[in-house]
Amino acid sequence: MLCDDCGQNEAQVHIVQIGPDGRLEKNLCENCAKEYGGNIYAPQNEGVSLNDFLKGVFGGANAVRSQDPTACPNCGMRYQDFQATGKIGCAVCYTTFRSELEPLLRRIHGSSPHSGKIPRRTGGVMATKQKITILRRNLDKAVAQEEYEKAAQYRDKIRELEQLLAQGEGGAAGGNE
Amino acid sequence: MEMNDIFRTPTLPGFSPTGKDGDVVLVSFVRLARNFRQLPFPGRAGFQQLQAVASMAASLQGDLENAFGESFDLIDMNAITPLEREVLAEKHLVSQSFLQNPQYRLVLVSQDRRISVMVNEDDHLRIQGQAPGLDLNTPLEAVSKVDDTVESRQDMAFDEDFGYLTACPTNLGTGLRASVLLHLPGLVYTRNMNNIINISPQLGLAVRGLYGDDREVVGNIFIMSNQLTLGFSEKEIIDNLKSAVTEIIAHERRARKAIELYRKDRLADDVWRAYGILRYARYLSQKEALELISKVRLGMDMHLIDEVDEKCYDGLLIGGRTSFLQNAAGSDNMSGAEVDKLRADMVRRILMAYRAEGRTGA
Repeated sequence: MLCDDCGQNEAQVHIVQIGPDGRLEKNLCENCAKEYGGNIYAPQNEGVSLNDFLKGVFGGANAVRSQDPTACPNCGMRYQDFQATGKIGCAVCYTTFRSELEPLLRRIHGSSPHSGKIPRRTGGVMATKQKITILRRNLDKAVAQEEYEKAAQYRDKIRELEQLLAQGEGGAAGGNE
Repeated sequence: MEMNDIFRTPTLPGFSPTGKDGDVVLVSFVRLARNFRQLPFPGRAGFQQLQAVASMAASLQGDLENAFGESFDLIDMNAITPLEREVLAEKHLVSQSFLQNPQYRLVLVSQDRRISVMVNEDDHLRIQGQAPGLDLNTPLEAVSKVDDTVESRQDMAFDEDFGYLTACPTNLGTGLRASVLLHLPGLVYTRNMNNIINISPQLGLAVRGLYGDDREVVGNIFIMSNQLTLGFSEKEIIDNLKSAVTEIIAHERRARKAIELYRKDRLADDVWRAYGILRYARYLSQKEALELISKVRLGMDMHLIDEVDEKCYDGLLIGGRTSFLQNAAGSDNMSGAEVDKLRADMVRRILMAYRAEGRTGA
């Protein structure tokens, strides 16, 4: 039997398609059969993707679609675009839609702020702040365990960094004026 | 020449059997998602903006070469054939979703093929590193070095609370996805895989089969990766995955020992039969090849098969992939049977090439 679609190769695959026009059966060669569906031994990328879930989390069937006309000034994304695609448009969107995004991000990641790597170029101040947070945690631990010498060291280090921070901010503010 | 190399040589450089815990862990990957500060993410960017990102990324080629002391190939996805694109995905250098739109998509690949940077995937940059066996630190160092190099030139999208900003909110924070490819024939055979798949989400990890569909995983290869990216440091994320994987390795070894204890002769028969078919078959489907390769690998790991060197494994995996075979033959217009024949030829050739010293084979 020859392939119903191309009429050239031997048919090797039998498919049944159910659509608006009813039931359709075809005998196809392997090449034409590929047109109807992906290779099942390809790595699993098709099917259910994370985005489908995200769409569900923010904009599922019974969730109210945002009618807010606010668009991101940088890329023009509106919140309902995000509900439809599950993808953010640009870095500025995170600021534009912060109040909408925050509860949602808490659902995915929990409420902890970022505690990983910080870009050196843009995040100098942040890196210092993060260091202070870590030192404070160590300080509390040291006090709890009554290791006062250690605690004093942490305290001095925190002061030093806080001074540095105050200078940095003063400097930047001065520069802007 | 070298470009042909990457599409045609049947090797997966991250898959060397010499890695730590290499009897169970095939390869470790670490990926960072990064975006430049001003431009919209690729999903919302116009052609001009995509092009701007592409040229910013392309200009990093020299910096990366200086930083690593090694040359990087810059591949324009639009300038290569669809089959060649597929081969890059089959070699785990780019993701499958990266192939959908080739315009203004680039990939930078290091000479040793262990670092690749996808440009304009979901995010402006997806920096990926790999190392053989269970070794997440080496690729983390490599991708961090790439990141530092990029950051020394460009401002990155970053927020104090959210960390690195990404197109998909699930990557926020570190933008880090660590994953490990595991060969788990013992746990599959002893029917323990479902337990692991069910428990993993509680540990913040995801597990899925690499090949096959949702009903059946083919080839006993699983990929395990972290789900959470925000609120943890890079090291915490990696340590969490590492401790889970270490646990799985212990279970897999125990399962293999149990099989050896109760069905040693049967097991030997099974793996040698698999070897025999791969060694002599004239037609091999993708599915059959993956199943047999898994058995042969198990036979080698358990020192039952001594006739062929372990190094043949990555060659068998990539050499059995459909797009790789079609690309090597220079045609995407082949019937399944023709590809099956090519696959059998390739597998025989690789097994011949890696016959162990002092044995003549048959």
